Amino acid sequence: MSLADEVSVEAPAAKLSIRGVSKRFVSGQRSVHALDDVSLDVGEGEFVCLVGPSGCGKSTLLNLVAGLDLADSGQISADGIPINAPGRDRMVMFQEAALFPWLDVLGNVMFGLRRKLGLTDAERRKVAEFYLRLVGLEKFHRAFVHELSGGMKQRVALARALAPSPRVLLMDEPFGALDALTREQLYGDIQRIWQQRKKTIVFVTHNVREAACLGDRVVLFSPHPGRIREQFKIDLPRPRDINSVELARHTTAITAALKNHVRPEAEVVE
Amino acid sequence: MKRVGLAALFFAALFVGWELLYRSGFWSPVLLPSPLVVGRYLWEATVDGSLLSATLVTVKRLFLGYVFGLLLGLPFGLLTARFRVLADTLGLLALGLQALPSVCWVPLALLWFGQTEAAMFFVVVMGTLWSVIIATDNGVRNVPPIYARAARTMGSSGLHTWLWVIFPAALPFIVGGMKQGWAFAWRSLMAAEIYVTILSGFGLGHLLHYGRELNAMEQVIGIMLVLLLIGLLADKIFFSPWERFLHRRWGTAK
Repeated sequence: MSLADEVSVEAPAAKLSIRGVSKRFVSGQRSVHALDDVSLDVGEGEFVCLVGPSGCGKSTLLNLVAGLDLADSGQISADGIPINAPGRDRMVMFQEAALFPWLDVLGNVMFGLRRKLGLTDAERRKVAEFYLRLVGLEKFHRAFVHELSGGMKQRVALARALAPSPRVLLMDEPFGALDALTREQLYGDIQRIWQQRKKTIVFVTHNVREAACLGDRVVLFSPHPGRIREQFKIDLPRPRDINSVELARHTTAITAALKNHVRPEAEVVE
Repeated sequence: MKRVGLAALFFAALFVGWELLYRSGFWSPVLLPSPLVVGRYLWEATVDGSLLSATLVTVKRLFLGYVFGLLLGLPFGLLTARFRVLADTLGLLALGLQALPSVCWVPLALLWFGQTEAAMFFVVVMGTLWSVIIATDNGVRNVPPIYARAARTMGSSGLHTWLWVIFPAALPFIVGGMKQGWAFAWRSLMAAEIYVTILSGFGLGHLLHYGRELNAMEQVIGIMLVLLLIGLLADKIFFSPWERFLHRRWGTAK
């Protein structure tokens, strides 16, 4: 693939299919039923947000789609091909940026390209520079990780995830540790980039407002065991503003449903 | 440059203080010679070649054993961190032997290898090896697991992850272990050279020992100054660049 293709022709977004997936974690005497018979379809280029309280299995599901963990039962496939290992067609952004301190910004973005065959080093560098420009960090190629703010770190992580041109982007509470102002900027950026680069995105968060702002669809999970409870279609025009009134309507509905599904569990605990 | 100047001034003041002490006549000149006498000894030993050849002998012993200890210790440290079986066997052995003062290897080495280069090599390797294994093992265990997970999603696995993620991530610990290994090796080599005459080459420890035998305090102090200088140079040339790299990248500098 030539350099021009590498940055201009995007790999087509993938369709995800999750069928009857269960997952248990056992540590010592305790066993946690993280996912119980979960099925979900994600369309090509769709932006799906998974929300729910902690322990509801949303991050577990993301790790299964990433191929970082394996399901006990059930099937996960991307475009019909079963997933059983990580792959550069599905890139992950974590809550911590997980950037490598021994590399500078450009080196971090190039890391995922190093193992991509058919590119020369100069081309890899060009691709990395392209994505750093896309996230607005073209002036920080040579900066080291500790010199960046939290928001900039996540931008680098985003560039790093986009650089190998994945078909699916998996985001595990990527903005959870950021301040509100930085988060709002990143909401704008991620929507712009999603529209430009047309990826399938699965986005995990416990922030309902964030989910409604970003998602075409919001999938509500409940814990113990982790199950899908309800799904909400959000058909507001983009780019969306997290503070808009229309968005607040959706947020209210989802929050009400969340309380409804989680309360009985909470009472059992008490 | 300002810092170099300050250091120069400090050491100059030390020498002046020393000369003043000598002139006060409080100690016998046999016990405390003038720095000028020490300087003259160093000059003469340099001119007749004995100092240079002894320095070369010692530095070569140190360098060979140290590099070999590193080459052996780094992979072993990675392996004990990776495999439980090795951690419970080799790792435990390393932990025990690291606590053993490395000078204790000298009698054993002399009996095994005689008064030869092999004995010196062995002592230096033993001084280096265990510290490097322990530090590497420790460093690897302290690498945040998220690094390896992130690397896996980017198509890195197996040896690639170990070389390009785990190893660099553990560097701050490894460099610390390398410094400790160097210190242990240096000390035990000196002990060995002072302890016995190694027939295959006269090192700095040998000169130090003969300084005592001859009651030549200017030689004793002169050699000590050379040893001090070697230690400083090793730190500045070999370790400082690494530490600067770590401070810059990890942001741990003040």
